[in-house]
Amino acid sequence: MSDQQATVSRTAGGPNHGARLAVAWLVISAIVDPLFWFAAGPHMPPGDMTSSASGAQFDFNVLMMAALPVTLGVWLYFGYAIVNWRASKGGSDLIGGPKARGNMKIQTAWIASTTIVVLSAFVFGTVELIVPAGAGGGEGPQPIWTPTSKTVLPIQVIGQQWKFTYRYPTYGGFETDTLMVPNNTTIAFHVTSLDVIHDFWAYQLGVKADANPQQDNVAFTTTHALGKVTVRCDELCGIWHGAMFNYGHVVSKTTFQQWASSNETQLAAVTKLLPPFSWTYTADANGADGVYYPDNVDKYSKIQVYGAQPVSVAQAVKPTS
Amino acid sequence: MGIAMAWPPRDEPSETVRGKGRYVVGRSARLGIFSSLLAVAVGLVVFVSMAYLRSEPPTLDFAAGHSQGQAVDMTLQTVGAIGFGTHPSWVSYLTQAPDGKWVHTTLWDLPANTRVNVTIDQYDSGSALRNPQVGAVYGTLGNAATLNGKPFSLIDATKGNGVGHTFSIPTLGINVPLYGVNGNAKNFCNSAPCTLSEAHNTVEFSFMTPKTTGQYGWQCFVPCGGGYVYGNGGPMQTISFMDGFLKVVS
Amino acid sequence: MAISMHESVGLGRPGETPPSGADRRRSPWLGQHIGTALVGAVAGYALGHFIGNSIASGYANVQLNRQNNVATVLALTLGVVGWLLGVGALNYPILKLVGKEPAPEIEEKGWGRYFRFTLDHKVVGMQYIIGVLLFLFTGGLLAMAVRTELLSPTTHYFGPGTYISLVSEHGTVMMMMATSIITGPIAGWLIPLMIGSRRMAFPRVEAFSFWMFTAGYLVIMTALPYGGFPTGWTGYAPLQTQAVGGMDSYLVGFAVVGTGMITAGFNIIVTIINYRAPGMTWSRLPIFIWSLLAVASLLALATPTLVTGGLFGILDRTAQTAFYVNERGGSAFLWQNLFWFFGHPEVYIMALPGFGVVGEILPVFTGKPLFGYRVGAAGMIGVALLSFFVWQHHLFQSGINPDMRPLFMLTTELISIPTGFIYLTGMGTLWKSKIRFEVPMLFALALYFNFLLGGISGVFLSDVPVNVTVHGSFFVMAHFHYTIMGGLVFAFFGGLYYWLPKMTGKTLNKKLSLIHFWMMFIFFNCTFFPLFIVGLLGQPRRVFEYAQRLQGLNDFSTISAYMLASSFLVFTANFAWSIFIDPKPAPANPWGSRGLEWQSPTPVPFHNFDRIPVIYADPYHYGEVDAPDIADFDKVWATAGAGASSGGAGGGGGGFGAGTTIEGGPSDV
Ligand code: HEM
Ligand SMILES: [Cu+2]
Ligand SMILES: [Cu+2]
Repeated sequence: MSDQQATVSRTAGGPNHGARLAVAWLVISAIVDPLFWFAAGPHMPPGDMTSSASGAQFDFNVLMMAALPVTLGVWLYFGYAIVNWRASKGGSDLIGGPKARGNMKIQTAWIASTTIVVLSAFVFGTVELIVPAGAGGGEGPQPIWTPTSKTVLPIQVIGQQWKFTYRYPTYGGFETDTLMVPNNTTIAFHVTSLDVIHDFWAYQLGVKADANPQQDNVAFTTTHALGKVTVRCDELCGIWHGAMFNYGHVVSKTTFQQWASSNETQLAAVTKLLPPFSWTYTADANGADGVYYPDNVDKYSKIQVYGAQPVSVAQAVKPTS
Repeated sequence: MGIAMAWPPRDEPSETVRGKGRYVVGRSARLGIFSSLLAVAVGLVVFVSMAYLRSEPPTLDFAAGHSQGQAVDMTLQTVGAIGFGTHPSWVSYLTQAPDGKWVHTTLWDLPANTRVNVTIDQYDSGSALRNPQVGAVYGTLGNAATLNGKPFSLIDATKGNGVGHTFSIPTLGINVPLYGVNGNAKNFCNSAPCTLSEAHNTVEFSFMTPKTTGQYGWQCFVPCGGGYVYGNGGPMQTISFMDGFLKVVS
Repeated sequence: MAISMHESVGLGRPGETPPSGADRRRSPWLGQHIGTALVGAVAGYALGHFIGNSIASGYANVQLNRQNNVATVLALTLGVVGWLLGVGALNYPILKLVGKEPAPEIEEKGWGRYFRFTLDHKVVGMQYIIGVLLFLFTGGLLAMAVRTELLSPTTHYFGPGTYISLVSEHGTVMMMMATSIITGPIAGWLIPLMIGSRRMAFPRVEAFSFWMFTAGYLVIMTALPYGGFPTGWTGYAPLQTQAVGGMDSYLVGFAVVGTGMITAGFNIIVTIINYRAPGMTWSRLPIFIWSLLAVASLLALATPTLVTGGLFGILDRTAQTAFYVNERGGSAFLWQNLFWFFGHPEVYIMALPGFGVVGEILPVFTGKPLFGYRVGAAGMIGVALLSFFVWQHHLFQSGINPDMRPLFMLTTELISIPTGFIYLTGMGTLWKSKIRFEVPMLFALALYFNFLLGGISGVFLSDVPVNVTVHGSFFVMAHFHYTIMGGLVFAFFGGLYYWLPKMTGKTLNKKLSLIHFWMMFIFFNCTFFPLFIVGLLGQPRRVFEYAQRLQGLNDFSTISAYMLASSFLVFTANFAWSIFIDPKPAPANPWGSRGLEWQSPTPVPFHNFDRIPVIYADPYHYGEVDAPDIADFDKVWATAGAGASSGGAGGGGGGFGAGTTIEGGPSDV
């Protein structure tokens, strides 16, 4: 999309509009691109606390390198046209005719250059998706792009109307309201829901994955830096969707160990009441009164009617920590 | 004229253009009609937004006349069916106003950074929990709460009467489960406000309001919205039933 | 009826009334009109409620929550049927069914016809203008409420439930409006005139789609008194299944509007293919008509998915089926797939007509032919085709088909190639042109400015790693407002300013028009540009609480939004003043366009053309000395009054591009 101005000038045979535009465009691009890359780029969201966050930031900045010249080039062209080619400036030369209706060279150049830009964006995006193991996005229950790291800490994220809780299967499966993540560790977030669809968005971690009922949606990332993490629900889930946020922390490995083992013991009594750890749970789609679906027979005792049943405990093999 | 461009507009109006004679009423009448239509529209908009969209249950003021360091006492009740209003069959919370009257609301003005002593009379039957994690007491002062005077820290909802509702403020990390009453009790309360002579459990606990003012949502985590998928519709998504706000003021 | 020559030249209309002497004025109060439609709607609504209560009030869930979805759905559906019966939209098929011959439809005069079911596409077009403006302004007011809530991160003006209802209602109303904002009013009015036909292929279907559209408005408005709906315009299940009664209004409303869209789509396709005048070859078709052909195919092919998907949702809510409830054997993914399989073509339904409009405006105000006409037309068809292959880019983080993400990234980025053709045609047309900065041209240029940001941000969204950050955030929100509002709505207003003089015969006040344009352009950008940043900084969509540090940007956006809304007040004042209160007659062809639609007399005769024109050339021969006549106009209008019309048409010879036109039109009448 970028070099057509130059072509225009040559073929349309104008004085030197095309050359002027091309030079101005090159100058602007040469200034704006490095300026953005070096001055703004390192501050672009979502930061660089994790591999996926810095990956997203890098991708964003690379796309910007193409987007800025294209946008500014088009605006430049329109601005130039508006200033220079006004009817009020008079002139009686005829501007119509077959020549004004199209020009094979320009059209071909346009199509070719946009195609090249688009295909490069695709190749780049695909590499950036596959190499860093899904780039922090939800990869479904059987991710095909997995991290190279041998030790992966699994953390289960459970969405429910209206909060997130986190289960740590490698620490006895305790469940808490706070997200704690060790530094310099590859994490596998297993995101699921007990009711409607939610979405786990850990902004600074560069992780986002939908929480679907009965689905295990896995997202990987590797932490690089300590700090606070904002978690927000990113899929509309009802009245408190806007208030469905909390904060997590990336802490040192030892702090994490201490936190996790003390929680494991302190919460042991609660953990005993929880359904055995599983990658997904089947909630009864009826509520406490058990009457939405009229065919609801007493499969469980009355009191367990909507207890979250694990789908398959067998799947809950303990990954290495 | 030299070679003309396509555009110079021709000014002469079309002869057949619809003249003013076509209108049934005169110009000022048309202006009047238009202005009154406009006025009606504006009135409608104001009415809808004020009388409907902005309507909310009353906010009870627990902050007025509060002096620094003094605790606020608050009494709530939960009931299986509110029994009046537009949704008589819905479960609900009610709040006792400072003057002792029961009010169907879940909105409270509370002073910032203040201890709140909460008493909840729970009149509803209970059931198991979708996520038994909310059977635990946490976030209250001393992580403590009492049930009918006895301290407790966890309810196994699959035993006994189960859990009726919870009182939870997710953004402050506060959660208290409310033990259910026997649904077959002879003196089971069927419409609000319930009185202490009816079957109930009393749960007491205290918590600190945050230092920063603002509105903090609270809710129940038992899927008690009967007749809705996952039990989380209706009263579970309506302010003054199973959801409310702490409006923390300075 | 035997085949007659009349038919083949397009003289035929349902009822076969000869054009002459067909002047009947009946009292606006008599017969069937919007008043009887309302009566029908209320009666149908009451009947539906009654039936629904008889059927379902004993259901266990209804006993428990007293929310009878069966009654709501039946009430709304029968209400719509009553509306259609009341306005007379079903008279013809019903009479035919019972073996009676319907009375012939004849031309109606007087303002009463604007409130009736009518077969004149020009009257339907005017009805549509008021209809879409009603939708647009309702949606706009809801947007003001939404922005008001976002003034503060923690103090709430509306409750959280009300807030998501407002967002949902705003989004749904706007999306319904946007499906028809150009295909309804502008296209409905212009297609026959631009292709040289006396009518749409199916005038009754044309009117039917309008009355469905208005019925959809009434239905979606009932959502608020039913308690709103919490799902946003995307209606994701199982939240949809769980919601209160307003959800039924959403599902029925989209089905109603959707049915109108499907019928409108088929009507446009058939009209364009079969009702072109002799000589109106595919390569002479105005670019706007090409865009409509592409859009109409999308309307006809994509919308049924929405209607069917909505029907499943209605069944889940009324008959306790479980299409979308995982635990009961359904799939929440199914709705996401069905919805976006419709929803993505839908967003191009909301882009292409705008491209078509600027494609018409640009040549007129640059005095140049459209550059790359063929590429432009092919691009629109290409966009329409590709738009069926991109829907899962809305679901990159959902866990659906994760291994297909590269494919959908590819298709999504590919679609930006044909979309980019509008920039090729636009920039090529501007090249060394002679721009006249009339109001329609300003809107067209604004579209190029805005849509660029919308389109470029779309490429960011399509990149999966970046999508991890921006998906579901205000970045998306800003992106689609830049395309829909910055593109389509700007094109709509450009089109209105361009064609209203022909449609109404009246001139809009230029000063007010300019104020409207500049306010709308500046404050549109002030409202939505900050929201890109807000989204990048982590604010999700549809939330009533956000981070404290984002308050400044949000407040700036809100205040700009108020100013943006005031620009529509300027428009309304202008529209009301210049058209109803103090009208000034407009020249028949004030912009000096070569388009066929501009060569007719004003007001355009009931049958558009006394004789179907024979088309000689495409309408873009600007800036040529010996531009060909575009049609044999001297034979087209027999009656007087055509005189003032057709500059370019005139006595042949020099044709439009030459000086003859300036001297004051043809003299042969
Ligand atoms: C008058 C100017 C407008 C303003 C100020 C405005 C403002 C907004 C805002 C702030 C939201 C996001 C609310 C949230 O996610 O929390 C929103 C959502 C939306 N708007 Fe607009 N809007 C305007 C016009 C339009 C137009 C013209 C259209 C389409 C034709 C449109 C379509 C939508 C849609 C589809 C949504 C998404 C609703 C959802 O999340 O389901 N808006 N609008
Ligand atoms: Cu949510
Ligand atoms: Cu409850």
